[in-house]
Amino acid sequence: MLENAYLIPLLPALSFVFILLFGKRFKGGDAVHWIGIGVVGVVWVLSLVLGAQWIDRSEDALSGGGSSYEESLVVVVGSSGTGAGVLLGTEAGEGAPAPIAEPVISQITWFQSGGVEHSVGTYVDGLAALLLVVVSTVSLLVHIYSTEYVRGDVRYVHYYAFLSLFTASMLFFVLSSSILQMIVGWELVGLCSFALIGHWWEDSANSSAALKAFLTNRVGDIGLLVGMIILFFGAGTFDIFQINDMVARGEISHLVLLMASLSLIAAVMSKSGQFPLHTWLPDAMAGPTPVSALIHAATMVVAGVYMIARLYPVFYEGFAINTSSINLLSFIGGFTALMAAGLAFFQWDIKKVLAYSTVSQLGYMVMALGVGAWTAAVFHLFTHALFKACLFLGAGSVSHASHHTFDMRKMGGLKKHMPVTFWTFAIASLALAGIFPLAGFWSKDEILIGAWTGQQSGYPLMLFFGAAVAALTAAYMTRVIYYTFFGEYRGHGTPHESPKAITVPLVILAGGAVLGGLANLPSPAADAIGLGGIAHRIETYAEPVNFLAPLGLTVAAPSLAMALIGLGLALSGIGVTYLYFWKGMGPQGLSERNKYARAGRTFFENKYYLDYLYNDIIVASIKWPIAKATYWFNQNVIDKVVDSVGEGARDGGQFVYRYIDQAVVDGTVNATGTAANASGESLRVIQSGKVQDYGALLFGAVGVLAIIFVIVI
Amino acid sequence: MLVNQFLLLSAFLFCTGVYGVLARRNAVMVLMSIELMLNAVNINLLTFGVLHGTVSGQVFALFIIAVAAAEVAVGLAIVLLIYRNRSNIDVDDLDLMKG
Amino acid sequence: MLSVLVAQNIAFGIIAAIACISAVRMVTTQNVVHAALYLVAVLASLAAIYILLVAEFVATTQFLVYIGAVMVLFLFGVMLTRAPTTGDSRLTGDHWPIGLGVAVMLAGVLTYVVLDFFGSDQLPNDPIVFDTADVGDSIFSTYLVPFEAVSVLLLAALIGAIVLVRKD
Repeated sequence: MLENAYLIPLLPALSFVFILLFGKRFKGGDAVHWIGIGVVGVVWVLSLVLGAQWIDRSEDALSGGGSSYEESLVVVVGSSGTGAGVLLGTEAGEGAPAPIAEPVISQITWFQSGGVEHSVGTYVDGLAALLLVVVSTVSLLVHIYSTEYVRGDVRYVHYYAFLSLFTASMLFFVLSSSILQMIVGWELVGLCSFALIGHWWEDSANSSAALKAFLTNRVGDIGLLVGMIILFFGAGTFDIFQINDMVARGEISHLVLLMASLSLIAAVMSKSGQFPLHTWLPDAMAGPTPVSALIHAATMVVAGVYMIARLYPVFYEGFAINTSSINLLSFIGGFTALMAAGLAFFQWDIKKVLAYSTVSQLGYMVMALGVGAWTAAVFHLFTHALFKACLFLGAGSVSHASHHTFDMRKMGGLKKHMPVTFWTFAIASLALAGIFPLAGFWSKDEILIGAWTGQQSGYPLMLFFGAAVAALTAAYMTRVIYYTFFGEYRGHGTPHESPKAITVPLVILAGGAVLGGLANLPSPAADAIGLGGIAHRIETYAEPVNFLAPLGLTVAAPSLAMALIGLGLALSGIGVTYLYFWKGMGPQGLSERNKYARAGRTFFENKYYLDYLYNDIIVASIKWPIAKATYWFNQNVIDKVVDSVGEGARDGGQFVYRYIDQAVVDGTVNATGTAANASGESLRVIQSGKVQDYGALLFGAVGVLAIIFVIVI
Repeated sequence: MLVNQFLLLSAFLFCTGVYGVLARRNAVMVLMSIELMLNAVNINLLTFGVLHGTVSGQVFALFIIAVAAAEVAVGLAIVLLIYRNRSNIDVDDLDLMKG
Repeated sequence: MLSVLVAQNIAFGIIAAIACISAVRMVTTQNVVHAALYLVAVLASLAAIYILLVAEFVATTQFLVYIGAVMVLFLFGVMLTRAPTTGDSRLTGDHWPIGLGVAVMLAGVLTYVVLDFFGSDQLPNDPIVFDTADVGDSIFSTYLVPFEAVSVLLLAALIGAIVLVRKD
């Protein structure tokens, strides 16, 4: 499976084509979703097999048998690949507990252009295997969930076709072996996101949300293209392995890497919803809820995080994560995390709360990468996918039960009507809040320790951001649970528990949210429960030591104190919110009484006015047609100046004429006025609006310039 | 053969095209004149290709032919749209951007 | 050898004369259909010029794409826009002197520059012949990316043209 990983994206791509072409022929639509589920099920099994084989390979490498896999590398990339292997082999010999399994790269030549050969292929390592498992698991559950959620939809076939296409493109992106391939996957997932957000495009709000997502992502894609091109010119290749290897060996100058990572971070901002390009993500909730769970929580939005993790040496060297105590990556991540967590308090739409929570948690991951805690970021990516997908699917279940509303003001008291949804939602919320011993606790804890320890110096500001977000996250999730599940039911009709197709995925994901922490348990905790063998699994299997070790990246040691602080913050967040909502304590209605509090609330409710900045100020100023501006300038400035000069002069002249001199000055003044008016009129002639006049000016000017050029040379 | 004879032919055709673009008031005629200019450029490309003994001239001439085809398609679509809205294709009447 | 050169020069002279006269008639005629036919004459003679410049494939493409496809497109354009097919003095705008002035100025500059720079340089008497296979090799290796870009451009133009003239 390791060498034939291309099958994994290929299968859903085929099912996309099949569903799109033949889906309409099946009556009802049952066949359509069974095809989708069947194919994704096969992909899921294949991903698990691939993961198991990777673990096997890592274990083999750990016990010194790594060379037996050498022939399985279809293309060992140049001599650099084996060079890294030797380097790592000696390290393992010295007793370092590091896996030396090299990534399995299978490539074929895509095309040759300008003497450079471009390859396409699969790059399988622990990180890719982990992502494959996450994507295929969530995708499978979402496929099952959707059979109920979008049942009877007008575009049922279209929906399943795009789910398949999305799964295919995300898997393709994850398995890319060259950055060129990454761009293709990146654009494909963006396209699917656009199509699925606008699934119900009859409603203009939905189609404009889709457009907003698409256009915001285009902004970042420019950064992606520019960054990738800079990397290509720095490294002379598009191959990920070679680029990482060259950076790790210091063969690319710091300036190139800085430029590349500055450009690439724009792409991360748009795709992974980082400040200031995060505004599309909450609007993207216009799409069907399973889509939000799959694309806008668990998989597509982590594409940016995955890209950083994949090209980590570039960012590591580019931003000097090693030596700095603050850098752009960590700051953007930390700031986004804090900002979005603040916004999550002021949303009434349950999906938007979750969307801001996603933005915040993505910020957490980016921050973790920014402080050098690579493993912690990947671990958090894994756990977050599980519990956030569970939360979104839970929100969908709630809405399914209460007449398709997402407004929390029309919910309430759902605990007794839908117990399964409530318990799974609560477990996932606690996991998100980081309560011991659920999944989020372990990954969040690792990030906090990573920020505390840093690399050569700690990141105190990031630690503060992280701690504040930990408390805020716990608090806003408590608020959601209060409004949704407690109190009296405020909607109409009688809510009911959702059918099995919805609850089973919820239970499975909630199970993942409970047990996800086992994936990378710190060794003291693992020892304590007598499972010392399973400690640091992600660290052991996923960490690509072939480029992290040469960089000198260290993994922070687990710390009990930090774990207690993180847990304490989360509990205090829950506690304060509990007192506020359940017991009615605290400053209730503060914003009605205090004008400063009210101003602050308005500020938050308007999402820091970022949308206004983008739509009304930046876009409007660009949208204003240049011709119109010229026209305005002509009318209001040139004409006004000319006219007012003329009129002023004439008035003055009449004044002089009447009171001082009739004969001498009069004529001059009138002439001035007339001349000024005439010059204004003659200036207008140029602006005839006829394209041929402009063309004549253009060619004439070119001709004149050419004459000047000829004379000067 | 002289290099000049080709380049001068090209220059003449180009300037004729420029005149056509600037002086004709029928939009289809303007598009035809643009074709003339593009072809003049092709002569230059091929001449220099022969002069320097490289195949690039021919390749780019082919690219220009392809681009010209695309340009005609879109251009005529726009002309058709103008005709549909105004029932004539007189470029002199298109002066909405007048100052 | 000399006779070949002489023959080439004579051929060039005739073809260039046809091209120039047709081009001038094309921009001065008062009949749209005549103008289109003059354009055919110009394009056909240019295809002959391309053969003189040892570019057979380009010449063939010129015939197929321009005279075959683009001209039909033009004639359809003329037909669909119902431009008058009889003599109409309004085919040239009132501001033609501006256009003439600009064109003459450009022609002057270009002629001066070309004569000044190339003087009496000769094209190689025995030019390297690139056949269609060489052109294809070059397009699909060195110029693959520009080729792909042109493909995408054609697709975009196709979709754009359809979107523009759709009736809804």
